[in-house]
Amino acid sequence: MSSKVIERPTDITVPATSLWAKLPVIAGGVGALGTLATIGMMFGEHKERAFFSYLFAYMTVLSVALGSLIFVLIQHVARAGWSAVVRRIAENSAATLPLFVLLFLPILLGFGHLYPWSHESDKILEAKRWWLGADLGNHSMAKFVLRAAIFFAVWVGLSYVLRKRSTAQDALVEDKEKRNTVTLSLWSLSAGGIFLYALSQSFAAVDWLMSLQPHWYSTIFGVYYFAGSMVGFYSFLALAAMALQKGGMLKTAITTEHFHDIGKFMFGHTVFWAYITFSQFMLIWYANIPEETEYFMVRMEGGWDKLSLAMPLIHFFIPFLFLVSRHVKRSRVGLAIGAIWLITVHTLDIFWIVIPNAGAHHGPPAGAAHGAAGEAVAAVGHAPHLSVALTDVTAFIGIVGLFLAAFAFLMKKNAVVCIGDPRLDESLAHENF
Amino acid sequence: MSTTTPKTWGLLAQYESPREIYKACEKVRDAGYKKWDACTPFPVHGLDKAMGAPPSTLPWYVLVIGICGSIFALSFEIWSMQSDYPFILAGKPLLSIPAYVPVWYEFTVLSSCLTVFFGNWFLNRLPQYHHPAFQSKAFERVTDDKFFILIEAKDARFDADKTRALLKGTGASHIEELGD
Repeated sequence: MSSKVIERPTDITVPATSLWAKLPVIAGGVGALGTLATIGMMFGEHKERAFFSYLFAYMTVLSVALGSLIFVLIQHVARAGWSAVVRRIAENSAATLPLFVLLFLPILLGFGHLYPWSHESDKILEAKRWWLGADLGNHSMAKFVLRAAIFFAVWVGLSYVLRKRSTAQDALVEDKEKRNTVTLSLWSLSAGGIFLYALSQSFAAVDWLMSLQPHWYSTIFGVYYFAGSMVGFYSFLALAAMALQKGGMLKTAITTEHFHDIGKFMFGHTVFWAYITFSQFMLIWYANIPEETEYFMVRMEGGWDKLSLAMPLIHFFIPFLFLVSRHVKRSRVGLAIGAIWLITVHTLDIFWIVIPNAGAHHGPPAGAAHGAAGEAVAAVGHAPHLSVALTDVTAFIGIVGLFLAAFAFLMKKNAVVCIGDPRLDESLAHENF
Repeated sequence: MSTTTPKTWGLLAQYESPREIYKACEKVRDAGYKKWDACTPFPVHGLDKAMGAPPSTLPWYVLVIGICGSIFALSFEIWSMQSDYPFILAGKPLLSIPAYVPVWYEFTVLSSCLTVFFGNWFLNRLPQYHHPAFQSKAFERVTDDKFFILIEAKDARFDADKTRALLKGTGASHIEELGD
């Protein structure tokens, strides 16, 4: 309702001279090098750690891609107007999901090293085997692969259609009737898509992360991974939008108002993450049952205790107090610091979930005679001392590089903003109170 | 003793659309008025900017009282569990911060929310049972489909004729003088 004239952006393609245009090659090269080095080390002396490093990097970067997908779905379902100028960024980062199908193969290679249930047996594991799969003896991972295939089918399918129809809409700027049909079709697709996403994302988190400690269980684990993924995604979105403007795109289209809103989401999901994480911890701490406390026991020794105790501070109190101010969210520098901080602590969070399992002793329980609880306690191993291995670094650089390369490649292919979106004008004129 | 000439409280101007009142607000702001307000049937985006309204001080009240509430809740729990009524629950140590967190968190939220609610009343000078604008028959449609600007006579720049001319120049469809 502002009286200023709304100008549709014209700087909507990646300039050939900007870093964005070279990113697919540069990031792709570095990424391929890092990933191949890590895969090479999967056959070397420290192969076990290499697999865990790879899983850590994979799940960290995957969380951003998955966060992008649910963001786009929510924007369509909520018929959000404000986000039309930044939705194409998320559409493209979600459309990198096919890359993660390919990158999943090394995890299958390390299946026997990563997941204790692939080769161990006791009462608890046998009771869970109807879901987990992998009959002892033949190391069958058929069910594990089948489930992964279903998850990927949902994610790749949704992200493909969302991007495909949205980019097709770019050409329909003049045809109001047709472009509205596209938006309405994405609206109904997203309504169903959210259900599929919620289920597949939760089950994937349980399959790929929670089953690293198969005796342990937490019913909130899927939401925990989701909360972290949203923190990672919104930080990525803020940085990507700033990088686009640095690269000479959408200079006037993305305003402080949009960054303010992205900052609010970063702030909100930091609180959400803390709420979920603490809910998971407090119930386990209070009940104090051996098969539940295992998860925190291995993380309260060998240097991990320091990271465990630092987490509430670095992943909640500091970013909370920093981002609570409207002035910080409306300042580019403030928001960039917040985003880099949150991406770092989110990475540490996934590191904290995955790496303590590397090299943990998961041998057959010694006290098998003591019943189920005794077995669980006996099966608790000791985490390796907190340290950063070479493979952690190579895997992280590798997968981040490949992700950025695929993302920049997709950004180059079409306009960097949903120029045909019927809500673009509303987004351009967006103002906060 | 009543004065013979009725005192003027201010002027009321009516506008027909959000666009008109937005532009009118910009003009009143640029003319340098301070004691005035705009009333609309629904929130008009960016109107506070057009009015040149300073940012609300409410967040500062919420921050201060929220932090106080937070500190109070945690200290109260520690004091009551440690010294006032030490009681071992579920075999946990007396000082068990994780068990205090839900109440600590909820009390922080509660004190902040109550500050937002009552601070809003306080800063808007509510409850207010009467306002000079209620004399106007036209003003009744502020909750329906009309938009209004009120300029108080207390404003240093207020001048019955000049202010009326200014409002007329902004395209007001109806101007009314309000008695005190």
